[in-house]
Amino acid sequence: MIPVAFGYHRPETLDEALALLGELGDEAKVLAGGHSLIPMMKLRLAAPLAVVDVGRLHSLRYVRDGGDHLAIGALTRHHDLETDSLVAQRVPVLRSVAHLVGDPQVRHRGTLGGTLAHADPAGDLAAVAVALDATIVVAGTTGRREVPAGDLATGYFETTLAPEEMIVEIKVPYAEAGEYQKFTRRAQDWAVVGSLAVRSRGTLRVALVNMGATTIRATAVEAALAEGTSAAEAAVEATVGTSPVGDLAGSAEYRQHLARVLTERALLAVERSERR
Amino acid sequence: MQLEITVNGRRYHHDVEPRTLLIHHLRDQLGLTGANVGCDTSSCGACTVLLDGASVKSCTMLALQADGATITTVEGLADGEIPHPVQAAFRANHALQCGFCTPGMVMASVSLLAENPHPDADEVRTALEGNLCRCTGYHNIVRAVLDAAAQGGAE
Repeated sequence: MIPVAFGYHRPETLDEALALLGELGDEAKVLAGGHSLIPMMKLRLAAPLAVVDVGRLHSLRYVRDGGDHLAIGALTRHHDLETDSLVAQRVPVLRSVAHLVGDPQVRHRGTLGGTLAHADPAGDLAAVAVALDATIVVAGTTGRREVPAGDLATGYFETTLAPEEMIVEIKVPYAEAGEYQKFTRRAQDWAVVGSLAVRSRGTLRVALVNMGATTIRATAVEAALAEGTSAAEAAVEATVGTSPVGDLAGSAEYRQHLARVLTERALLAVERSERR
Repeated sequence: MQLEITVNGRRYHHDVEPRTLLIHHLRDQLGLTGANVGCDTSSCGACTVLLDGASVKSCTMLALQADGATITTVEGLADGEIPHPVQAAFRANHALQCGFCTPGMVMASVSLLAENPHPDADEVRTALEGNLCRCTGYHNIVRAVLDAAAQGGAE
């Protein structure tokens, strides 16, 4: 399978990339690791007239300590998140979630900014960003703006990013114990459902993967936990506000069942690691 | 558009159409048919090659994304007539049946051992999750990778 022909642009600097995006408007797609965009182009589900390959913007690949958060460059690869010592120390759950994305070959190419901009509700890493209230730094031709991670995606593969904008950095608050429960039918699959529980700034936060059009914060579970409810009781609330689809991997009812079970497991795992 | 890549130690210069995938450039333009097109949807790993030392699925990359990079395909592993330790271990452990997945399995294994020279069996299985063997010959493949690690296959 070969993509439809397109114009290929490979800027050497961020300014050049933003100028190109401004010029090309909604004709262009940003190509980072390409592990979502290229399969879609091969299947001809996407046929952009132009591709702006940001692979040369090496200065956007970093993990820096921000004092109470990690500042992560948008082109940081999943494999970097798996192996970076600052990530392991400050946001250990980000490391374990990165390890569950795709397979090693995918993780060698895929980028954090790319997966967030792609906004697939089955994406794993958005759960970390949403649960921890990460800040997405977006650059455009007229300057920069910051978007709370929970406000970036607006629907299936839809975000608030304008055509001339791109994600440049993700600020991820420090976190303590965390656990991601990802349910798949086969090893390298996307999550049928995923549930992430993580403690940060004193409170337990829960985010759900593939339980609606975007990554969902399980606020009803969090509220129950804040009132002192047990993990098992709080996990029952995991379906509140969700709207999962039914597909070949499972019905909507099955996904709701999974959300409750996986949330309980994730919460119990966090409890266990905090007791140690 | 101009593409310059180094494959198995040799530098190549070609004019390529932007939509050319790396796997097709390697196979059709350079004649390196070791990496296979299997599923063509980045699931099976038969097209795995090393890009600057790390395993990637060459069906899911534009050739132009590899501009300036160093690529190793299965053809570039052996030292003349002497097989690479991972290749030798695959042969010694009978780690192939039809052989279609083998180039990808070998390259994924080389990448694994470069990152983790002494994996246990679970780590090998996890690291090969992106490579499918339709003959289901996984046990011997895992044995071969462990054997290669024991023989110092990372070096």
